[in-house]
Amino acid sequence: MTMMSDRQQLSYIASQAADARLNVELETEGMTLNIGPQHPATHGTLRIIARLDGEQVIWAEPVAGYMHRGYEKLTEVRTFPQVTTLINRIDWLGSFANEVPFILAAEKLMEIEAPPRAQVIRTILFELSRIANVSLFLGDLGVQMGAVTPVFLAFRDREYVLNLIEGATGGRFHPNFDRIGGLKDDLPKGWIDETKQVMKKLIGFCDENENLLFGNEIFQSRMRGIGVIPADIAKEYGLSGANLRASGVDYDLRRDQDIALSYDLADWKVWTHPDGDSWARCWIRLQETRESCKIVLQLLDQIPAGPIMTKVPRIIKVPEGEAYVSTENPLGEMGYYVASKGGLGPFRVKIRSASFSNMSITPWVLKGVYVPDIVTILASLYFILGDIDR
Amino acid sequence: MHQLAVEIPYWGQSIFRVLGGLVAVLLPAGGIVYLFLFKMMSFMQSRLGPMEAGPFGSMQLLAEVGKWLQKEDIQPDNADKTIFKMAPVVVLLSTFLLIVVVPFGPDAFFADLDAGVFYFLAVGSVSVLGILMAGWSSANKYSLLGGLRAAGQLIAYELPMVLATLGVVIQAGSMNLNRIVEVQNTGEIFGIGILGNPFILTQGVGFLIFMIAVQAELTQPPFDMPIAESELVSGYMTEYSGFRFLMFFIAEFATAGVFAFIASVLFLGGWGVPFTWFGWENLDDVAWWMNVVGPLIMFTKMMGLVLIIMWVRFSSPRFREDQLQTFAWKFLIPLSLANIAVTAILKVVF
Amino acid sequence: MPKIPGMFKGLGITMGTLGRTLKDGHDVTQYPHEKEAPPVRARGVIALHEDNCTACMLCSRSCPDWCIYIEGHKQLAPPRRAGGKPRQVNHLDRFDIDYALCMYCGICVEVCPFDALFWSPEYEYSEPKIADLLHDKSKLGEWMETVPEAPELEAGAGK
Repeated sequence: MTMMSDRQQLSYIASQAADARLNVELETEGMTLNIGPQHPATHGTLRIIARLDGEQVIWAEPVAGYMHRGYEKLTEVRTFPQVTTLINRIDWLGSFANEVPFILAAEKLMEIEAPPRAQVIRTILFELSRIANVSLFLGDLGVQMGAVTPVFLAFRDREYVLNLIEGATGGRFHPNFDRIGGLKDDLPKGWIDETKQVMKKLIGFCDENENLLFGNEIFQSRMRGIGVIPADIAKEYGLSGANLRASGVDYDLRRDQDIALSYDLADWKVWTHPDGDSWARCWIRLQETRESCKIVLQLLDQIPAGPIMTKVPRIIKVPEGEAYVSTENPLGEMGYYVASKGGLGPFRVKIRSASFSNMSITPWVLKGVYVPDIVTILASLYFILGDIDR
Repeated sequence: MHQLAVEIPYWGQSIFRVLGGLVAVLLPAGGIVYLFLFKMMSFMQSRLGPMEAGPFGSMQLLAEVGKWLQKEDIQPDNADKTIFKMAPVVVLLSTFLLIVVVPFGPDAFFADLDAGVFYFLAVGSVSVLGILMAGWSSANKYSLLGGLRAAGQLIAYELPMVLATLGVVIQAGSMNLNRIVEVQNTGEIFGIGILGNPFILTQGVGFLIFMIAVQAELTQPPFDMPIAESELVSGYMTEYSGFRFLMFFIAEFATAGVFAFIASVLFLGGWGVPFTWFGWENLDDVAWWMNVVGPLIMFTKMMGLVLIIMWVRFSSPRFREDQLQTFAWKFLIPLSLANIAVTAILKVVF
Repeated sequence: MPKIPGMFKGLGITMGTLGRTLKDGHDVTQYPHEKEAPPVRARGVIALHEDNCTACMLCSRSCPDWCIYIEGHKQLAPPRRAGGKPRQVNHLDRFDIDYALCMYCGICVEVCPFDALFWSPEYEYSEPKIADLLHDKSKLGEWMETVPEAPELEAGAGK
């Protein structure tokens, strides 16, 4: 038997007991609580069916699909340039990061590579979208626990990052800036200096958040030792991103795979935490935001001169073949399996989105926790509903 | 003294009292909502808050009330309708009952009860009934959870509040709130009488416990588990809309004001200034104009205390239910018992 | 030095923010009274330079959600040189964009070979009815005035 926390063992016993006592008339039976699909804690329309014994969860199951938009099918009737505009709506908070793996997969099929300048700018924008995404997580964490102030500070500082993304790409949320063979356009003048200032602000925001929320004793008591996921369980359920690293698995696709993004130009660190509890997951994300700011600051000084696009035909036809490329997105590992039959658009696209796999652990991790902890654990697992339902 | 009460007939007095009660409950509530909920919270989050209704958004509250009054009065099909309708009234009523004993000046009070402390502790728990009624009758699982959590929490924090107040009662030697004010303002500490003896100096621990218990009684963060908007939607208020929700809303902030009034009476010297400043010996010597200045002093102290309550509210996340109970039973109650023991010993010694 | 409890640090931060807001001003834009200037590249609305459009339908076909409606007919224009044959030109009858459908991806602007479509940062064109968001070519032409010059590029940009 795998490692179980004490509370999970107790809950296992409680669930057996609850089943056993159903036939005893004097005992009360458990209550089934539907959390969602319309519920403030589910960031959208996720539904969690929880069977409760008192306030303790003895069985929980997530029901996904209330916001299924069918992106995999939609891509089949679009051309390659049109697909990017669709898929950056999957994880709507880190939308530029959604485009990158798809474009890389298409480039792999076409056997071309973006010029170095485009690669560095891609990496910068990729990290900016991660910062925009995770800074909102850091604010939202407070709201899930009743602290209203962090979320406003997060929105305030995320706005600077979104302004940067809009300044470069034209779209605040849906940049659609990545093209097969490079980027749509070069950076406007003055953007680099502006970004440097904003990154310093964001590092300040991380410090502020650490003092306001992470340092708070109540926050710690709500987070430490709650929702512990051991490393082997995390691997079995296919967790990725900060959720996996919080369980002590040193795995980061930005570092571990040879990919056409320029992470090797910067000096940065992959954070891991041995505990695997809610606190570790949040703390890892806080550290990674800082780390991302550092990556951006370093890469800004290393943008090589040169063109932004390689030569690609005006009408893009991707040769026949199949390719899978995944990157370390804000929510975890996100990959696209692109199959092409030589046409204008992909023949079939399989999207491996991070949140869907991260969500799969909820029945395991929610077993035995109290109702208030459902919220904190879901918040610390951090999913975006568009990323689950696609 | 008391000449004011003699001249006015009974019906006039009654009208006077009702109007006074409304002002004493609604004015602090409005002030708290505008100053703290709208403005202080916004400024702490580097934004401006409401700005459109009236100068600097000062009429926003009226706009909100107008909005709530227009809304549809929704009642769930399975709700126990009578109880469902009664619950917000009961909650609001307990606020009005509380204000009855608060003295605003030597003659400016609604009722001068000899067991005033006992009275406010008793009627303070009436709101639990209303909350439990709301939670149970809504026929909603979230409301039920919220109502039960609220009941558990309010009962758990009632006890530290009683015990913290007991220290004051022992020291003052009276349960009459006006007498407590008098003792604080005529007293002296280590022979220095210039400041009187506000009990916050001698009962500092009691004051802290009292304020924590007040925070919990008001179900404000970090003790807002019964409402817990991110998990229980809105706890026992989930199914309420329109003016019934408005009643809960008013009751929440009015009770904050009333409890702050009571805390300032018990610990901060209430309406009084140290009597030695004007050469007053006791309550009967106090000049008539204290009936005008007293309420202002009370209002200032109340606002100061509510500022602290709200400040904590806006900067902290919430406890979990079991942590909250542990905190009450394993920390606050032993501490307040120790406080009482020490107070009693010192009372006997000096 | 004893560690300050985290709770009091948090209280300090909220009060500090309050002080900063009072002293240095707030971080919000009071929208209807003051307006933020969007970046030059902001994708606010698509403007049409009607004279350049040849009704070639490229934009309409490349639109991911098919929100551009174009109708045109061929007509004869007077010859360029005296005595020449009359030229055949495409005349644009209808150019509508349904902004209720538009995803603001910018593919139409990119594919246009004749520089007839441009992005304008204009954003205040909401309508009470969804059907009113279908804007025709005269309205799209009005937005041409708000189209800014393309920004200068950062140093090192390739040609």
